[in-house]
Amino acid sequence: MTNLKQPLVFLAQSVGLALAVVVLNFLLIQLAPGDPVSVIVGEMGGASEEVIAQMRAAYGLDKSVLEQLLIYVSKVAVGDLGYSYYHNSPVLQLIMQRLPATVLLALSALTLAVVLGTLVGVLSARKPHGLLSSFVTVVSLIGYAAPVFWTGLMLLLLFSAIWPIFPTSGMVQMRAPKGFMYYVDVAHHLVLPAVTLASIYIASYSRLSRTSMIDVLSQDYIRTARAKGLPEGKVVYKHGLRNGLIPVVTMVGLQFGQLFAGATLVETVFNWPGLGRLAFESILRRDYPTILGILLMTSILVMVANALTDLAYRLVDPRIRSKRA
Amino acid sequence: MRILAALTLALGLTTAIAPLPAYAGPDDGGSLVVASIGVARHFNGAIQSGVATALPSTQLFASPLQYTEDWTPEPYLAKSWDVSEDGLTVTLNLVDNAKFHDGVPLTSEDVKFSIETIKANHPFQTMLAPVSSVDTPDATTVVIHLEHPHPALLLAMSPALMPIIPKHVYGEGDIQTNPANMAPIGSGPFKFGEYVQGEYLRLDKNPDFFIEGLPYLDEIYIQSFADPNTLMLAFERGDVDMIPGLSSPRDTKRLSEMDGVTIDRETGEAIGAINWLAFNTKKPPLDNVLVRQAIAYAIDRDFITNTLLQGFASPDFGPIVPTSPLATDDVEKFDVDLEKAASLLDEAGMVPGADGSRFTLSVDLTQGNEEMGRNIAEYLRSQLKQVGITIELRATPDFPTWAQRVSTYDYDLTLDQVYNWGDPVIGVNRTYLTSNIRPGVIWSNTQQYSNPRVDELLLEAAKENDLEKRKALYAEFQQIVVSDVPIYFLNVVPVSTAHKSELGGVPSSIWGVYSPLSEVYWQ
Repeated sequence: MTNLKQPLVFLAQSVGLALAVVVLNFLLIQLAPGDPVSVIVGEMGGASEEVIAQMRAAYGLDKSVLEQLLIYVSKVAVGDLGYSYYHNSPVLQLIMQRLPATVLLALSALTLAVVLGTLVGVLSARKPHGLLSSFVTVVSLIGYAAPVFWTGLMLLLLFSAIWPIFPTSGMVQMRAPKGFMYYVDVAHHLVLPAVTLASIYIASYSRLSRTSMIDVLSQDYIRTARAKGLPEGKVVYKHGLRNGLIPVVTMVGLQFGQLFAGATLVETVFNWPGLGRLAFESILRRDYPTILGILLMTSILVMVANALTDLAYRLVDPRIRSKRA
Repeated sequence: MRILAALTLALGLTTAIAPLPAYAGPDDGGSLVVASIGVARHFNGAIQSGVATALPSTQLFASPLQYTEDWTPEPYLAKSWDVSEDGLTVTLNLVDNAKFHDGVPLTSEDVKFSIETIKANHPFQTMLAPVSSVDTPDATTVVIHLEHPHPALLLAMSPALMPIIPKHVYGEGDIQTNPANMAPIGSGPFKFGEYVQGEYLRLDKNPDFFIEGLPYLDEIYIQSFADPNTLMLAFERGDVDMIPGLSSPRDTKRLSEMDGVTIDRETGEAIGAINWLAFNTKKPPLDNVLVRQAIAYAIDRDFITNTLLQGFASPDFGPIVPTSPLATDDVEKFDVDLEKAASLLDEAGMVPGADGSRFTLSVDLTQGNEEMGRNIAEYLRSQLKQVGITIELRATPDFPTWAQRVSTYDYDLTLDQVYNWGDPVIGVNRTYLTSNIRPGVIWSNTQQYSNPRVDELLLEAAKENDLEKRKALYAEFQQIVVSDVPIYFLNVVPVSTAHKSELGGVPSSIWGVYSPLSEVYWQ
């Protein structure tokens, strides 16, 4: 019974949340001055009143906000995210075109941050007051404190201009190679943006795993393991790490939303053709349907990420598995 | 039968010969990466203006005429043209070998359709407004009938303004949502290749281009950039071959110090962007012409162009860019004179208060515009303080916010950049005509300036086919507007092209690189 009820409750909650996201965002966007038509007209170098009125009517902007909201919600309910005024294309198509780039960037950065962060965290936890530990603390705090666009620009200057080993922008070269070399090209373009985005999170993970490991390593069962005469590596990585990882997993789930926010800036600096840059451009252009579509899509992604976190808990910690089942 | 065979043979031969490289000409082949900061909504320049669309649109579509760097029309799709004595009919004789990219021949019907579509849909309504009808006596002849003489018409036939679009593709349904806007079929030197939104547009060589031997390049990538700093790095690194519409003095200076880079600074005059300080002429105390003149006298234009803009932008003294054949420099220059400014303010009854300030004004800024916006506004603040005017900067977070304020007259002063678009009828009249005071419409007469004589002159000049008479009318217009100061003119916004020096044949037309890149080649 509980097995069936839980996913249903989760689903209902998610739908409610998505609806709230749609309505809130829709109303928030209306508060910003100007509308998409004013931007389109602006970039065209001005237009007559007739053309403007024609465009407003075509985009449904001549209706009341409430009417527009009802139309929008009813469309979203059947999976239609609307039509982008600015980009002249269905929003869903636009988002789907950009989503892979963002997912690639976000997941690479996240993986890098988690693996690297946890690794240095664990290493420094073994000698909490050692040199490595202090070094890690300082470096990761700098990464955490520096604004991400600044980090990005500095990396660009260092590794694209002064010592040009990485490309400056985009996801592929123009005149792009085909086949296997295409993936190599993408990976080459991915390095700087992923490192930039990861730099903010490495700090959190290393600090978190360090604290958590210090805590875990002082537990009785670790002493028992050592007393049994297990090699230190096995004690730390098998008995310690698995328990120490739980807060890290929580963090991954929590940070998923922030990751998209960070991606917006990184994508703009590195000209990465993802959702974040699309969001940024769409906000500046008041492209309501696109902004709303992206916000909805990212909130769904965050919900999915949270669900996955929940699953991950069960994998890492058998106690949760048995308790909840 | 024999004739037919000969004909087939001849046709076969021409098609066989055509794709061969021109013998004495530059090397064929290669690809070009052009950067674009703006995002094109789509690539159909018949219904969308702006440089982001014009760049691809002028490659994809051909137009009746082209313009040289000295404002002379040249044949393109029209091999010759004729304006009747009374100026009421313009006849175009089209080439007979132009084909659209789908193989369908281009005829007078397509030209008629394009003119009608542009007239009905293009944001620049004044461009073709006097066109009353278009006749097509045969497949290569187009006769345009006008309600009154319309000297701006020839310029309006430039690639950037009059792409000839195929009727059989765009003729059905609502043109605004026609899918071919995103994947156009034209008759220009390059055809649509691939578009990856947010990354690039690839254009491929049109092997059947009606001008034999052209284009030289195999492909053009128009790569979109979100951040100008990243674009500069990409260019310096050699990833990008050409930056069109370069206007920043700082970037121009930086690139001009690079080896192997050429910067064409005398190009794109028809775009004619002017950076100016606009006044809300209905809002006290700016409704008093003496106050506006006082502000004009208080500003040192030379300091702005020579020091702030480092000499990379030339000064502008009036509503028509100085490089236009219709511009005059016989206008009040408002050479800086702080005493005169102070006495004009006294005369206007604006005496300083106890704190030395006569009144406070705000200056609005467009977002992201540092060199021709914020820096100048900061300068105005300290400069105008010397004559007792307190300036507050009102920076807006983004364009729509600014446009909303200015178009609803919720401002005192604003810095702005407005384009001439070649002929005053297209890009100048809108700022000064009383009939164009339209609330909510940005880049209309948002100064709310009204002078019956100016209205008269502009309407008369729009119909005057005699160049000398037309120049005289515009000269009087420029003198009045400059003295009335609805706007204080600051500088011409450069539309330079930066490109690798190995690149030859970069157009130096008045439309700059917003014209066919068919003769561009790698040396």
